[in-house]
Parts: sequence; structure tokens; C-alpha cells
Amino acid sequence: MAKPKVAFYWCASCGGCEEAVVDLAEDILKVVDAVDIALWPVALDYKLKDVQAWKPGEVSVAFINGAIRLSEQEMWVKLLREKCPVVVAFGSCAHLGGIPGLANATSREEILANKYHRSPTVDNPDGIVPQEETHVNGYDLELPKFWKDAKRLDDVIDVDYYLPGCAPPPELIMQAVTAILEDKLPPKGSVLAPEKALCETCPRNDTKPDDMTIESFKRLATSTPDPDKCFLASGFLCMGPATRGGCGERCIRGNMPCRGCFGPTPDALDPGLKILSAIASRGEADTEESSRAFADSLADPLGTFYRFSLPSSMLKRRVTKE
Amino acid sequence: MAEEAFEPKIVGFLCRWCSYTGADLAGTSRIQYPANLAGIRVMCSGRVDPTFVVKALNDGADGVLIAGCHPGDCHYSEGNYKAMRRYPMLMNLLEQFGVERERVRLEWISASEGERFAEVVREFTEQIRSLGPLNWQENVAACCEAI
Repeated sequence: MAKPKVAFYWCASCGGCEEAVVDLAEDILKVVDAVDIALWPVALDYKLKDVQAWKPGEVSVAFINGAIRLSEQEMWVKLLREKCPVVVAFGSCAHLGGIPGLANATSREEILANKYHRSPTVDNPDGIVPQEETHVNGYDLELPKFWKDAKRLDDVIDVDYYLPGCAPPPELIMQAVTAILEDKLPPKGSVLAPEKALCETCPRNDTKPDDMTIESFKRLATSTPDPDKCFLASGFLCMGPATRGGCGERCIRGNMPCRGCFGPTPDALDPGLKILSAIASRGEADTEESSRAFADSLADPLGTFYRFSLPSSMLKRRVTKE
Repeated sequence: MAEEAFEPKIVGFLCRWCSYTGADLAGTSRIQYPANLAGIRVMCSGRVDPTFVVKALNDGADGVLIAGCHPGDCHYSEGNYKAMRRYPMLMNLLEQFGVERERVRLEWISASEGERFAEVVREFTEQIRSLGPLNWQENVAACCEAI
């Protein structure tokens, strides 16, 4: 019997998710033994027309990483959706919007102005900005359309499963691949990770006091956390209480507080507001003035609480009024 | 056709022990205040998850009032302190989203302050009226690509 075929595709992403596949190390041999990789732009040369020629169902699973920002990405993911019976949103960006989703805290115009005019390293005396259509030496050149906002994969196509993480850890990738191969997949729409908060499995959980209070927030740039103590109890913002576990606590073991790449636990309607609620109420402040000072000690609440999840938040994006 | 005058939609989360009872007192004392506020009784201002506030704004409210017992008077001893600490952080966050700080207000109103409750609602309604409608979802849609 022919081996099942899988596809990997990337959109607005950093390549870290491709790296995660390579990080399977020897296990990747098991994967390659069991499946044929039909498309993987980072490693193998395939053209659009090859994918267009696939028969529907010929390739069983598409793992798509990255947020969706360009019309070209929309075209590709819609094509993969049409061809593959199972689509997995792979990694934080496809799952929740991820780091590229933070672009929704500003506007397309601001991004282009910074990139092509304002940035001190830009040398662009004629003020040239890429256009969707250009005519050069008698040729018509086209670029994909750069959208006003970054979207999750879910906003563009129907997604069957979500594999969270920036990047997803090898153990979860292997579990997901095994589940697909053995046809033991959970109900459609599931996030392929545990449901409990990270604190439950955190190696520092024993040092988290029951009546924890936080005086003000410290910054990693200017202070170093105690390597054995609960980050929140030491005044470092940690997303652990409202973030799904299953990541293997990689950051914690590297003395970095959780930044929330696994996204919210299943009962949270909005990832950022849940953590805001949990940590703000832990402040020591007992007057309106000291509460303000406590709040102001956290420099960038939007970028901190929604570092990986802005496009999936209730408010979706920053709105600028003309 | 003339545009209809803007009537602010305000959601009020009122603590069951103080502010909701204060609102009741305003009613039984026949004190007049605008009908723009839709009051929701909660057990404590500390129970008001920031998610409730944002959900109200996202679902069409133009303003949100959170009202609880005066500091020191909480029925559960410190629920209103939790509300007090969350409020400025939520305001900082909402400002980054582009929501004016004036759209969400935290007030301490006791069970005996019926007149004060009415005054807060009058003043807040006028404040929201001068800010105009929030129309959050329409504004978001205008900043996003429709696909």
C-alpha cells in the first residue's frame, strides 16, 4: 500500500515551525518511513502547478504554519484546503495570529511608512514603495496584495486541528502525526495539547504562595529572576496561570517566564483579559493612586497579554480614527 | 431624512450589596435619571471580570459603568480592591486598542447613596453622549480586509 502523503506549507512565519519539524531529530526518520512529504517549500522544490494537479484526497494532511497577510497566502491555503481532507494549523501564528498578528496593533500605512520611509537605515530618496502592479522595460510585474490586517488561518479557511506553540514542541508534533496515522484523532476543532494551565505542571509551582501579592512588575532587561522561584511571586509577569500547558516548560527551565505561546485554556473567552484579571487583582495596591502606579509599572499591556494572540482577541485590533 | 439623535447604550455592572441597592433607593425615592443605563446585578465589583467589560463594548455598548461598595465596605472584605486594581490596567490596555478611557468608569456607590447613583448615571450618560457612538465591530471591519 502506498504511504499516505502530507504537505507542509508556510505563510507569514519565521521558519521556526519548519525548524521544529527538523527538531524531531531521529524521529523524523519514523515520519518519513510512514508518510511521503508531498510539499515542503523550505526543503523541497515544488511548484504551484504541481499542487494544482493533485487529485482531491491524494494528499491526506496539510500542516500550515504562519499568519495570513498576503493574497498569495490566501490563495495557497484555500488550494490546500480544497485538496486535503485534514488541515492542521501548525504553531501559534496559524493558531492565534502569533507574533505577526501584533501588526494589528498598528496599520498597514504605518508599517509601510516605517519600512520604506522613516526607518533610519532606509535609503530611499525617491520614496519608492512596492506596488501590486509595476511596468518595467515593457514587462508587467505583479506582487501579492498586502492586506490591512494579519489573520489567523481560521479566519481564512476551515481548520480541522490546531497544534499550538512557538514553535510546537517535537513531542506534540509526534503525538499529532501518530494520531493521524493511527486514525485516532480527537473531535474536529480540537487543540492538540493538554487543557490544563501551565502552572499545573510548572516545576516552580511549589513556590507559588496561596495568597500571592505583586508589588510592581520587574523587567527582564533590568533584573534577573531567581532560578527556583515562581516568576509571579518575584514580580515578573508570567502568563502561566492562563496559558495552556503541554509545552514541556521549556521557557521556565531556561529561566524565562511564560509568554503565552500555547494560547488560552479552553474556558477563556479572551486570552489577554483572563491573565489581566488574574494578575492585576494580585497587586499590593490598596488605593486608587497606588493601583494606577501598579498598572503603569507594566509598560505594554497589549503587547504583553496578546503577544501571540491579538487577531484572536475579542477586540481583534487597534482601531485608529481618522 | 434626518439622522436619529444618538442615545448612548451603557452597561452597568452593579454590586448586589451597595450599588444595586443604591440604584433601588434611587428608584423608590423617585429620583429621575436617564434610561440609557442597563444595570446588571453582580455579587461583587470584584466579580466583574475584564472580559465582561470588553464583551459589552464589543457587542455594542458605548460605555460601561462598574459600581461597587466604597473601599473598606466590601461585603467580602476585599472584592472591591480587586476591581480597583484591575481598572487602571484595563484602561491602559483599552487605550492601546483605541478605546477612549472615558468610556469605562469605576465608581463607589453605597446602598444609601440613591441620589449619588442618579448623579453618576446622568453625568456618565452625558459624557458618553459627547464622545459619540463606539461602533466597535464596524470600526474593526473597516480596518480589516474582507475575505
